[in-house]
Amino acid sequence: MKTNGSPSLRDRLALPVRDIPRSGIRDFFDIVSTMRDVISLGIGEPDFDTPWHVRESTVFAIERGATHYTSNLGYLELRQALTGYVHKKFGVGYNPVTEVLVTVGVSEALDLALRAILNPGDEVLYHEPCYVSYRPVILFAHGVPRAIETSAADGFRLTRAMLEAQVTERTKVLLLNFPNNPTGGVMGRKDLEEIAAFARERDLLVITDEIYAELTYDNAHVSIASLPEMRDRTLFLHGFSKAWAMTGYRLGYACGPAEWIDAMMKIHQYTMLCASSLAQKAAIEALARPDADIGTMVDEYRRRRNFLVASFKELDLDCSRPAGAFYAFPNIARFGLTAKDFALKLLEEERVAVVPGTAFGACGEGFVRCAYATNLDQIKEAMRRLQRFLKRRG
Amino acid sequence: MEELLKILQKNARADHADVAKQLGLSLEEVERKIAEYEKRGVIRGYQAVLNEDALNLDTVTAVIEVKVTPERGGGFNRIADRLSRFPEVRSTYLMSGAYDLLLFVEGRNLRAVAAFVSEKLSTIDGVISTSTHFMLKTYKRLGVLMEPSHEDERLTISP
Repeated sequence: MKTNGSPSLRDRLALPVRDIPRSGIRDFFDIVSTMRDVISLGIGEPDFDTPWHVRESTVFAIERGATHYTSNLGYLELRQALTGYVHKKFGVGYNPVTEVLVTVGVSEALDLALRAILNPGDEVLYHEPCYVSYRPVILFAHGVPRAIETSAADGFRLTRAMLEAQVTERTKVLLLNFPNNPTGGVMGRKDLEEIAAFARERDLLVITDEIYAELTYDNAHVSIASLPEMRDRTLFLHGFSKAWAMTGYRLGYACGPAEWIDAMMKIHQYTMLCASSLAQKAAIEALARPDADIGTMVDEYRRRRNFLVASFKELDLDCSRPAGAFYAFPNIARFGLTAKDFALKLLEEERVAVVPGTAFGACGEGFVRCAYATNLDQIKEAMRRLQRFLKRRG
Repeated sequence: MEELLKILQKNARADHADVAKQLGLSLEEVERKIAEYEKRGVIRGYQAVLNEDALNLDTVTAVIEVKVTPERGGGFNRIADRLSRFPEVRSTYLMSGAYDLLLFVEGRNLRAVAAFVSEKLSTIDGVISTSTHFMLKTYKRLGVLMEPSHEDERLTISP
């Protein structure tokens, strides 16, 4: 709408929002959704059904009338279950009354965390390739995003040297995500100790998005929050989407120092009020017996990971061995196409959807993300099609 | 249970080369292991899981609770073995509780099953009593739901 000389609506949009481009994934989705018979390795969520006992308990929650507001922080029963789980699984203790906030997915938790801690101009260090929302949410919170490029040669790990090259006087927060979307990269205890030492020396706050923590295939996951003197400068983010296949429930949580959680709660209570009561009830049930559900899925993902990596090897496609999440991030640079063109042509010619690495940051150029959250028959057929595609390109 | 067995239990027709790739083994290793399991009697067979209701067959299946007198020396094994050898008996289990053996018996029709129970089963030495229940509909067998599951409702691309 444009009326007599007043600026166009676009010009009146908030600048941090206006200047952020649409997600590259969104564009790609629009193309894929017009096509038929596509095998998608582009789906960033589990193909497993939410465990039946969790779904059944959701129905029960409706029947029992758990359909009202909950405490802003989330049901205390859930927060108690969460701190129990986090203590057992990650070795970090939190007070369920003051140090946990239940959120609408990790996405909301990250948004709150940044808004609660950043003043305009404060810098956030994060590593790319990374989840699509990091840079935008930092900008929405009036922070300054400073991307650190990780590389396949290092298994997409973060090193102290990389941090040193990017840190400034204004750096306030270090944002981590391991196991990593889109690379499948993980950080072992030694790797994290190096990062933790740096954070302590520079007095940085750490936000760690560990949504894929349960999905590791070679070594047990370690949380940076569990390292010495890290708990009180770290905000631990986790949720139910990946390990329990509960993406649509939109349920996440943050654990951290009480002051930080309290500040986040202020924003949460005025903008969201509380996470869905039903999702919270379902989460209580999910935590009541996590091992059986997750173990079966992890075994299956591991087998698919092995299959995919072996297939890439047969196709002579370079791929850093993913050790967590459900993504492989092969290098396609030698075929002389940009990541976007590679993905588009693969889609047009062979009806296989992968996501161009550039959707996850500029240094994703030359890579594509292949999710193995799809059944083996589909993965196998996708590899057959990929082989045909690559053969034509020598 | 070994992972190889888990895969085969879920899908006996799994391509051995694919299985090898999933487990990080060579094709030869996978085939050798399978052959060993077969030889040791760990793998006892490979069958299709049929939705028999969809075939409109007239056959009936009965679940029969059997009380027996255990024998000195052999316990329940000898009588269980004798019952199991009837081709009509598809499955035999020794149970705790109010009866001893649970049989799944298949017959051409109701009369055939009735004849089996009255003429064969109940007349066997050691069988004290039987209680027969006819199966009406199968919803799930061997871990497989008989109704096809829903379509994948996920978005085709997501972050």
